[in-house]
Amino acid sequence: METDKLLQAEIRVINIGLREFAHDLRTCKVPVVHVDWSPPAVTDPRIASLLAKLGG
Amino acid sequence: MAATMTLGDKITAANLEAHRRILAGEPVLVDVQLARDAIPSLPDRTILHAGPPIGWERMCGPMRGAVAGAIVFEGWAKDLDAATKLAASGEIRFEPNHHYDAVGPMTGMTTRNMAVLVVENRAFGNRAFCTVNEGIGNVMRFGGNDAEVIDRLKWIASVAGPALGAAIRHRDGVPLKNIISRGLAMGDEMHMRNAACSSLILRELAGDLADTAKQDLARILRFIAGNDMFFLNVAMAMAKATIAAAHGIEHSTVVTTMARNGTDFGIRVSATGDTWFTGPAQMARGLLFAGFSESDGNPDIGDSCITETVGLGGFSMAASPAVVGFIGAGSLADAIGYTKSMAEITVGPNPQWALPTLNMMGVPTGIDIRKVLSTGLLPVINTAIANKLPGRSQIGAGIVNPPLTCFEQAFVKFAELNGVN
Repeated sequence: METDKLLQAEIRVINIGLREFAHDLRTCKVPVVHVDWSPPAVTDPRIASLLAKLGG
Repeated sequence: MAATMTLGDKITAANLEAHRRILAGEPVLVDVQLARDAIPSLPDRTILHAGPPIGWERMCGPMRGAVAGAIVFEGWAKDLDAATKLAASGEIRFEPNHHYDAVGPMTGMTTRNMAVLVVENRAFGNRAFCTVNEGIGNVMRFGGNDAEVIDRLKWIASVAGPALGAAIRHRDGVPLKNIISRGLAMGDEMHMRNAACSSLILRELAGDLADTAKQDLARILRFIAGNDMFFLNVAMAMAKATIAAAHGIEHSTVVTTMARNGTDFGIRVSATGDTWFTGPAQMARGLLFAGFSESDGNPDIGDSCITETVGLGGFSMAASPAVVGFIGAGSLADAIGYTKSMAEITVGPNPQWALPTLNMMGVPTGIDIRKVLSTGLLPVINTAIANKLPGRSQIGAGIVNPPLTCFEQAFVKFAELNGVN
């Protein structure tokens, strides 16, 4: 879709990360699917690997 | 069933058991004794200090000042100069309080002839110890070591301590969980604000003190009444007695010790035994008293963050609007935010200690090192800030975090112990 026509069609949103954005859209009756996600806090690959194996 | 459990399942179950034991604790203040009687294994010419192990050569200014004072207090040297030389000579043994089931605020000095509060966890039968809070101003916990400090410690050991011990025994101990529950509702978070609980415990003990004190009753009552932080040391011994029951659970990743010596921050974890995982002590962020700057401050110091391991202190900041301004933590909304964020790194709430400003949510309890690492949220600790020079007292209060490396090291060790790499 051309960007200049984006807001002329029905808007359906997938919101990733900040829940407040999804909340605000729902308040405006815009259909939205929220995906609970945050950037990985772990920068050390070894710790990330261990967390994947040991949960948390 | 157990055979089919994954390691992740075992960790979850172990952490729930740690949480259960913390909540099941029944800490009771049962006595005040000399450390040599309460802790018979404490050797002569030994000084217990706050935080993980450290030798004289790496001790910060306040710790060195307090060590010199403790040596004079014990009579191992005639003055502070001789005490400092003796401390540097290697003839004095230094060990963490935690190696003797003890804790101490700031420098955390404990020696054989100091008075200690004795808290018994009656649900599990273990005891923990903490010196009696000296008051504010020129005190040994901030590195003070002059005659005023030494004389006060001797009076606590010979007069106030025995009187408190007799009063506590006279009434078969003071159960602490309900006092803390009421204190949370009255604005204490039990680390940097203890005004309510100090008043409550004085009310509990005043009659028994009147019945049993052999001398100085009025002075003892004024000593407690004049010190809003009197209860801090009680809360610390309570926390140590409580969390100790959760130590040593196979597969548990719950933090059972957080402590700092002014140079290093150290943690211990339930399943990894008595190994310390350390990193550099951080500088607290907060408010300084008039006339001081950040460069006057000493890095984070003291065993008092044992309170955070059981959900108090920074974890209960939402309980204490009064402390938010004192430590420069922003608004009450910020305090509530701190408590909510601590819920993300803990096993679960403690409904016995409810927070009015959070619709009676229980304090977040049982720090899981996995959650710290996966969220990147470090424990929030409320703390006093000591002058970096010996014997110069408190210069402010603030918030501080442990260094991330403590949790990374502990997690790697935990994984190794469980054959994961």
